[in-house]
Amino acid sequence: MRKFTKPSFTLRSITESRLFFPLVALSLILLFDLIFIPGFFAIESKDGDLRGSLIDILRNGSTVMLLAIGMTLVIATGGVDLSVGAVMAISASMAGILMNPAALRNEVFFVTDPYYTFQPLWLVIVAALVVAIICGLWNGLLVSYMRIQPMVATLILMISGRGIAQLITNGVRVQITYAPYAYIGQGWVILPFSLYIVAFIFALTWLLTRKTAIGMFIESVGTNFRSSFFSGINEKRIKLVVYTFCGFCAGIAGLIASSNIKTSDANNLGFATELDAILAVVIGGTSMAGGRFSLLASMIGALVMQAITQSMYAVGVPAFALQAIKAVVVILVILLYSEQVRGFVRNITAPKKEV
Amino acid sequence: MSESDQNILAMESISKAFPGVQALDDVSFTLKRGEIHCLVGENGAGKSTLIKALTGVDHPDSGKITLNGKEVHVRSPQEGQALGISTVYQEINLCPNLTVAENILIGHEPHKMGRIDWTKTNALASDTLQRLLGVDIDVAKPLGSYTVAIQQMVAIARALYITSSKILILDEPTSSLDVNETQHLFSVMRRLKNEGMGIIFITHFIDQVYQISDRITVLRNGKLVGTYYTASLSRLELITKMIGRSLAEFDDLTKTKREIKKRIKSEALLHADGLGRAGAIEPFDLELHAGEVVGLAGLLGSGRTETANLLFGSDRPDHGSITMNGELVHEYSPLGSILRGVSLCPEDRKADGIVDNLTVRENIILAMQSSRGWFNFLSLPQQYEIAEKYIKLLEIATPSPDQPVKNLSGGNQQKVILARSLATNPKVLILDEPTRGIDVGTKAEIQKLVLSLAEEGKAIVFISSELDEVMRTSHRIVVMRDRVKVSEFPGDVGAHEIMQAIAGSES
Repeated sequence: MRKFTKPSFTLRSITESRLFFPLVALSLILLFDLIFIPGFFAIESKDGDLRGSLIDILRNGSTVMLLAIGMTLVIATGGVDLSVGAVMAISASMAGILMNPAALRNEVFFVTDPYYTFQPLWLVIVAALVVAIICGLWNGLLVSYMRIQPMVATLILMISGRGIAQLITNGVRVQITYAPYAYIGQGWVILPFSLYIVAFIFALTWLLTRKTAIGMFIESVGTNFRSSFFSGINEKRIKLVVYTFCGFCAGIAGLIASSNIKTSDANNLGFATELDAILAVVIGGTSMAGGRFSLLASMIGALVMQAITQSMYAVGVPAFALQAIKAVVVILVILLYSEQVRGFVRNITAPKKEV
Repeated sequence: MSESDQNILAMESISKAFPGVQALDDVSFTLKRGEIHCLVGENGAGKSTLIKALTGVDHPDSGKITLNGKEVHVRSPQEGQALGISTVYQEINLCPNLTVAENILIGHEPHKMGRIDWTKTNALASDTLQRLLGVDIDVAKPLGSYTVAIQQMVAIARALYITSSKILILDEPTSSLDVNETQHLFSVMRRLKNEGMGIIFITHFIDQVYQISDRITVLRNGKLVGTYYTASLSRLELITKMIGRSLAEFDDLTKTKREIKKRIKSEALLHADGLGRAGAIEPFDLELHAGEVVGLAGLLGSGRTETANLLFGSDRPDHGSITMNGELVHEYSPLGSILRGVSLCPEDRKADGIVDNLTVRENIILAMQSSRGWFNFLSLPQQYEIAEKYIKLLEIATPSPDQPVKNLSGGNQQKVILARSLATNPKVLILDEPTRGIDVGTKAEIQKLVLSLAEEGKAIVFISSELDEVMRTSHRIVVMRDRVKVSEFPGDVGAHEIMQAIAGSES
């Protein structure tokens, strides 16, 4: 009988091909930085903590990276979650109000003691994440058991989520002064603290999807849910879990983002980040139609998005023009994936035959 | 007037090849004025390809189409319509939320001072329906508020309104209609026929063929079997022509089958008691014994697949029950069935079978893994072991277990699905059309495998459109007709009896 090739070798070669395009995109942006932005690659050690533009990309990218982890799984099932930005705001508002409830009475309340908080930190975090998980569960119920199209189902929360966040904070932007909370987004242990959170969630998700059957079931449901049904896979439960997990990731991202700006702002926190997260996943090569996914490729995709933002700021592109520049870069990257464009390039580069 | 002058349409020697398949091979077809002509044949016979060639959806590789004595080349559906060929498809492509009148006249509404003249629109629509079809309904109501049959007629009215049609093609219009609705449609068809229209009617229901048609054209495997006057062709002859019993020599399968027959246990492994589902299949009783192959025979749409889905639990029964190993089944779901030891290879390989982006290995272990749950994950070495075992056992031609299953040929994909079922170690194996669309060699392999699995003590349900195959592999044959289980035969029954049962009352 024919001997099959060793699994380790084939697995590695698959990973390589999946990561190839996202890495090319990232390298191109870094190359641009290398040429046009002096000192972009400089990393200095300050009291043992590493600082520099590259570190900033990682730190500022941590929210999109977290969102991209959840979004990858959702998109792999053939869905999409438009509500992650709003869920970020809900989770941040929940956290903010538990630390500084004076905002509920619409009082302007400046806390001078950086160690004052209304509720202990653990409760703040748990409450915020529970609310985020409920949001995800809601999306999951609509998509799996109510059979509403994912885009419509999550659009509901995308729109209403900001309102819910405002209800929680009574419409006020809540100042967060509690110093331990600020550590989540601004702390530094050689590398930014938020990166460790991302690394932990990434590792957890990787283990859950690749060391259990969940990853294979997600890919199977996303590729062909009827075949999966006939194989005995509970497609509804898979979707429910995935959307709930996506809400959980968005909740953590909300904590990091609000800690970073020391405010829970129901209107602006996480605004339009769902698009960055979706694009990160797409740049990572996961098809919007569902199926095969790679968490690592999505992470690189998230870094591509963040690197674009950071580089444009560094060369002096004004904030209002940033979205347009981003769009151009994203279009270029997406075109790389298009079979049509690849075929077109193949045609024009192929040696011409005279007719 | 000679016979050929009556022909409104003549298609001569039409051939059409798709990659790997000769869909139509030298098929000729004629349609007369004022005739209802049935086009029949099993799946893949070439009916729809012939219709597509006529309506301009596809272009034949060779052959000639003559319409009203003039040769035509139909290049697009729009051209087809302009030539007076109207088609009403099985799925109604109208807008249910618009009114009947809007649906009929959309894009052709009469205008008055730059606005649509609704009074006139409604009057025109109402008149069209009454004059052409004899249907009197309130055209100002939304289409969706009417029955499917009325919607079907609105679709016909629309087709007839926008073109002054000479030819009407009805592609399985009755598959979602009940008896009364069908009769209503038939009376409309007769009316149109009397006005001189030529109607091509495609259906799977043999009863309807005899109720309505003047002539029948039978296609099989892309070839023309013949065109017959309905009055002079018995049902039995028609079925024989559709199924086409090739008198292939019986191989050693028959011998194996007899040997197993002796060892079939008397008590039933699975017992279906009055199992049924409204709209899918009438309640039936069925017993499956270990070591026995039960063949399900019947035409397409006779309820074979519905039976399989009920037995497997992929459709929930609303009547009756299943008892397995003496225990009453409560949970009707694929997972429940897999855990009980019942496995199904679905009929539609592409839509319900393979997960095309996953590898051969993942496809094979999928059902087994789902029975183990989310966290009890088979390790990679275990996965390879299982995959390689079945690749070897079923001789699946793949360069490696890591090949995406979409790169495999149809026959090998079928084997992968079979391997997925076998990996769950089922006691009852339901095979719905396991040999469809695969080459003769692989067919024989699968038939042999079915018998050897029965020999191991599995109970097998074998469903196939090919009567030959059912007769060769089965110890017992159940015949379905029009969603009813009509009879049960021992495996050594003659083909004649089975065909008679498939054809129904008259013979």
